[in-house]
Amino acid sequence: MTANLATEVRPGRRRRATGSTSATQRSIYPTWFLLPAAVLYVVFFAVPTFASFYFSLTRWTLFDTEFIGLENYVQFFSEPQLSRGFVNTLIYGFVTSGAKVVLGLALAVLLTSQLVGRGYLRSVVFFPVLVSTIGVGITFKALLDPFDGVVNTMLAAFGIDGPGWFTDPNQALLTIAAVDIWKGLGIATLIYIAGIVAIPQEYYEAARVDGAGRWQQFRSITLPLVQPATATVIILSLIGGLRSFDLIWATTGGGPGFTSDVIGSVIYKQYQAGFYGLSTAGNVILFLVVTAVMVPISMLLNRKEVER
Amino acid sequence: MSRALRHRAAVAAVAVPLLVLAGCSSSGGDDAGPTEITFLTTQDAPNPETAEALVEAFEAENPDVSVSVEIRPGGTEGDNLVKTRLSTGEMADVFFYNSGSLLQALNPDSSLVDLSDQEWVGSLTEEFTPVVSTDNGLYGAPLGASFAGGVVYNKPLYEELGLTVPETWDEFMANNEKIAAEGDGVAPVIQTYGETWTSQLFVLGDFANVLAVDPEWADQYTAHQRSYAEEPALLGFQHHQEVAEAGFFNEDFPSATFPDGARMVAEGEGVHYPMLSSVIQTVLQNTPDAVDDLGFFALPAEDAEHTQATIWQPNALYIPQSTEGPELEAAKEFVAFANSEAGCDVQNEMLPPAGPYAGTCEVLDSAPPLLDDIQAYFDEGRTANALEFLSPVKGPNLEKVTVEVGSGIRSAEDAAAFYDKDVESQAKQLGLEGW
Repeated sequence: MTANLATEVRPGRRRRATGSTSATQRSIYPTWFLLPAAVLYVVFFAVPTFASFYFSLTRWTLFDTEFIGLENYVQFFSEPQLSRGFVNTLIYGFVTSGAKVVLGLALAVLLTSQLVGRGYLRSVVFFPVLVSTIGVGITFKALLDPFDGVVNTMLAAFGIDGPGWFTDPNQALLTIAAVDIWKGLGIATLIYIAGIVAIPQEYYEAARVDGAGRWQQFRSITLPLVQPATATVIILSLIGGLRSFDLIWATTGGGPGFTSDVIGSVIYKQYQAGFYGLSTAGNVILFLVVTAVMVPISMLLNRKEVER
Repeated sequence: MSRALRHRAAVAAVAVPLLVLAGCSSSGGDDAGPTEITFLTTQDAPNPETAEALVEAFEAENPDVSVSVEIRPGGTEGDNLVKTRLSTGEMADVFFYNSGSLLQALNPDSSLVDLSDQEWVGSLTEEFTPVVSTDNGLYGAPLGASFAGGVVYNKPLYEELGLTVPETWDEFMANNEKIAAEGDGVAPVIQTYGETWTSQLFVLGDFANVLAVDPEWADQYTAHQRSYAEEPALLGFQHHQEVAEAGFFNEDFPSATFPDGARMVAEGEGVHYPMLSSVIQTVLQNTPDAVDDLGFFALPAEDAEHTQATIWQPNALYIPQSTEGPELEAAKEFVAFANSEAGCDVQNEMLPPAGPYAGTCEVLDSAPPLLDDIQAYFDEGRTANALEFLSPVKGPNLEKVTVEVGSGIRSAEDAAAFYDKDVESQAKQLGLEGW
């Protein structure tokens, strides 16, 4: 049965493969149309990026810079809070990304089924994405205040002693991750809905004729065919998670102490302290870390796509 | 449409909005009204109120100058903003900022206007002058009085429980024991980690005691010859841990804020608040009836003969080099006004002194009684400046480390070693010898 399904699914992919071969045609627009975009890209992206590589090699105070070679990098790696921040960054990135994949897919399956108020529910799931991250952070900080917050007050009404949320060193990071998941889930769900809707209904009809149950349909049709969507969700949310900073800063500021620090907040604190060269070196390192994590993952995901 | 015509149309399409914009901007300017300057202060009460009162009094005397007040956040967030605005040349014409090591980090020689030729300079105390100066000039005028770091305590509760002001650390802990046992749920020690800077007092407020044991400590620290990981400086961290482990803190210490702490000690929800004595200004704003209930004692050392009060020099007003011409003259007048008789009246009213003044102003009899407790340490010669006025080395993460000690996340020894590591970045940034 599953073997049958697998052979049936193949033509769909072949169709996509043939579609992509016609892109070699010459463009009808002159090349200099690229110029405005290229100028903006060079001025606002390429120049600052390469300048930051240089400034990461200097001791940069307010008014002058002094070239000091790789000393900032040595200093950055000897920062005592870095190891914690490094581990936290990975935990945060993988927890939020994993949860968004699982929950996003589950919600997308739910929201593509025949459901009362489906359009409304889709909007509700997407709304948190539209709210400013700082606003979300401040709101949750108030809601989850361990003593006066709405959540713990309600828990207390049921006789439950609510946890410290953002103030408990063992829970702070996971609480922030949960808020991040709540906020970012809408994007993941949206991508998955698009992926599921694009699956031709014929496969499901054929599977039902063959007597496949709901779970089997999900397992053998939906799951393999939303693979491109999964790859997109993983890559987007993992990059977002590894670079995350704003939500953490708005809720705990990396605290209590350093317990919810990530690389992003360590860098920001150095910048605040006026160590501009050092924090630029940190950003170069963050760039390399994100690249080192993402390139293999994205190659793996893309290879899977090509192989199938 | 010919090619030339099309080109001309395109030029016109770009140029017209620009002309309109130019028209807008020229209509607003050059009528000879009052000189307009800006004054940047911090957001915590009572600083914005003080700024407004000062500006109002200044404008009454100087109708040809108009001052607008700007507000910035405090703490490291504020440091960041001040540095950024200075380096981009967009600083307000007069700004209010710390003296001592934080001022040195602004690189005053190349960013601020030298004020050493001003009249009020002669009145400055010899403790204050160096903390707003470099070898090349004097840059700041004091606003507000000096203040002490130690324990602000609730006097009615002390009487009720029959306690006396402790002179040694053991006496302090014995008082805490008694409050915990007989105080009817009152917190012996108030901590407010909702604002992390408030967690540093056990360490920073202990510094005068360190100096009493080792008078060379600050200079040796700058030269990288002393560290917090060794006694006597380590004791500040250890005391903090001891109080935390004994469970003497208020229940909501992880999320309480500075105004919460001020309210708790004023209204008797807690007895001891290790804090800067300037907390009295917040109390005066929020719970004015309780001002007379508060007293102050220095953080006790192990040994009574080493117990001294740690003193913070006042913050100051500065003028950036980006201010020039008539604005510079107006800014200098404004700074001078803050230390004139009328300016001192505003200071006494809005920033009730929690320590002696550093300039022309004089303490009034109506000053809060807590001031007498601090003055007693001065009279006995048992005071020393805080470390940030004696050494430029101050790490950015002390407030996080002390939160960890107080929350039981990190041991005192570990925290002290961590902080020693943390200050290395600052020392290297300043290019100090020996780091």
